[in-house]
Amino acid sequence: MSPRQLLGRIGLWFSVFIIVSPAILFFLWMISLSLKYEIDNAAYPPVFIPEQFAWKNYTDVLASNRFLTYFVNSLVVTGSATLLAMLVGVPAGYGIARMAAHKSAIVILIARITPGLSYLIPLFLLFQWLGLLGTLVPQIIIHLVVTVPIVIWIMIGYFETTPLELEEAARIDGATRWQVFRHVALPIARPGLAVAFILAVIFSWNNFVFGIVLAGRETRTLPVAVYNMISFDQLSWGPLAAAALLVTFPVLLLTVFAQRQIVAGLTAGAVKGG
Amino acid sequence: MSTITETSPAAAETSAAPEQQWHRPTYWPFVLPALIVVLAVIVFPWLFTIWMSFNEWKVGSPTTFVGFANYLRLPNDPRFVEAVGHTIVYTALSVILPLIFGTLAAVVFHQRFAGRGFLRGVFIMPMMATPVAIALVWTMMFHPQLGVLNYLLSLVGLPPQLWVFNPATVIPSLVLVETWQWTPLVMLIVLGGLAAIPTEPYESAEIDGAGFWQMFRYITLPLIMPFLFIAGMIRMIDAVKSFDIIFAITQGGPGSASETINLYLYSVAFVYYDLGYGSAIAVVFFLLIVLLAAVLLYLRKRMLWTEIGGGA
Repeated sequence: MSPRQLLGRIGLWFSVFIIVSPAILFFLWMISLSLKYEIDNAAYPPVFIPEQFAWKNYTDVLASNRFLTYFVNSLVVTGSATLLAMLVGVPAGYGIARMAAHKSAIVILIARITPGLSYLIPLFLLFQWLGLLGTLVPQIIIHLVVTVPIVIWIMIGYFETTPLELEEAARIDGATRWQVFRHVALPIARPGLAVAFILAVIFSWNNFVFGIVLAGRETRTLPVAVYNMISFDQLSWGPLAAAALLVTFPVLLLTVFAQRQIVAGLTAGAVKGG
Repeated sequence: MSTITETSPAAAETSAAPEQQWHRPTYWPFVLPALIVVLAVIVFPWLFTIWMSFNEWKVGSPTTFVGFANYLRLPNDPRFVEAVGHTIVYTALSVILPLIFGTLAAVVFHQRFAGRGFLRGVFIMPMMATPVAIALVWTMMFHPQLGVLNYLLSLVGLPPQLWVFNPATVIPSLVLVETWQWTPLVMLIVLGGLAAIPTEPYESAEIDGAGFWQMFRYITLPLIMPFLFIAGMIRMIDAVKSFDIIFAITQGGPGSASETINLYLYSVAFVYYDLGYGSAIAVVFFLLIVLLAAVLLYLRKRMLWTEIGGGA
């Protein structure tokens, strides 16, 4: 390696370091906050690695049965909204791709542009009128606003690129349109299904705005629950940071392990919920 | 209903019909469930919002049709006018800064180096993480006495700031969070653009003795322009609607110094429960976003023309 190449390598690694450090330092600081007792969190200059780790911050959060309730709520809302979206969105993406009905994608675009709050006003009234406000049903339904467009959008893109020859061969062999979809198109599109599923889960899990309006005390999802913690214990940073980390941990885990799928989905459709 | 009756005879013909004709109408059963969902949770709310915006409608009291009265209130509502100003400043900064940093990051990630995939995963963590959880930690970092940001400033000899607690710095501080969060999306889109550029122009430029900056300015930048436009458009749409970060960190405060249209819409609809007026704001807000997107598209067309015309 010539000196010039070596200099280039060092420059490259330096740039990489500069670019990645805001993300790394932020999450390391988040972990640090969550593992410190109040004395260390209030110290100046700030303590980065404390002498004693406050594991208690985590056990306290996990031990409170409220947290468990909210975790189950999040699981139910995100799980139902994602599964329902896959159920209706995957066939729809297939149908739209095969009919080449590109104009129907405009509805998806409008959904993408519309602020989440404007869905809330009419649906809030509707749920109130139906007497559903104390349950998780309103949140499951409104999360479809996030998940359905993501799934349809990504699946259109996927089914457009899958080869038609196999499907035609199956049709010639006498398969019905449903069988072709179920046994030929769907298995080929499995990577696309994973992308759609992962992104729908993440954006539904992260959603906050629907919850603050529709969730009651018992029906909060995790992001709403964490937000409510801020107003109550402004000053105990350790447990708050621990709760925040627990809420976002599943998503961060997915991001690191499924980053190929996430990158593929985001750059193909460039979709985002809410 | 009519679609279903139309499809059945077509379905009977298909086995004999040539390839061109067998798709079109028969795929409706695949789309129908999604169509019902979309009608229920997207189209119905939209129509209902438009209708509500013509009514005086407060929770708990009877509704009355008031025509355009809600819309006429908007220009005379100082809080709304102020919110429009905040939204414009917030959006402009939150589009430009991620575009700059995202492009630089994409140029770096376009190089080959060990651990690139993993580091790219780390780099996109800010935009995938739960916004409320992120906002919470930023709130602690912004704290004037105990926050780590003022400590970092002191290390480089800068005076401490009030960050989100000062009306003059609250919007730039929030933009800092937004930029940190969304630079990765710009990076991914531009990275896609870079991957599509052929290597020949760079090879001949290198032979001609062009430096790194010259190659970036005259080869890379023009070729990734379409991708920058897409990134800018998406960023604009998201920044205008930004809610979670602002709401969780400042609730629009201090006072109303960081209240954007979306936050004001929240207050009107779900704090004051003035649903008719809130709906009017929602409609105007949506039209504003569409208008902005249209202006950007128009600018893009103009730019393409001048590029062709000028030959530069």
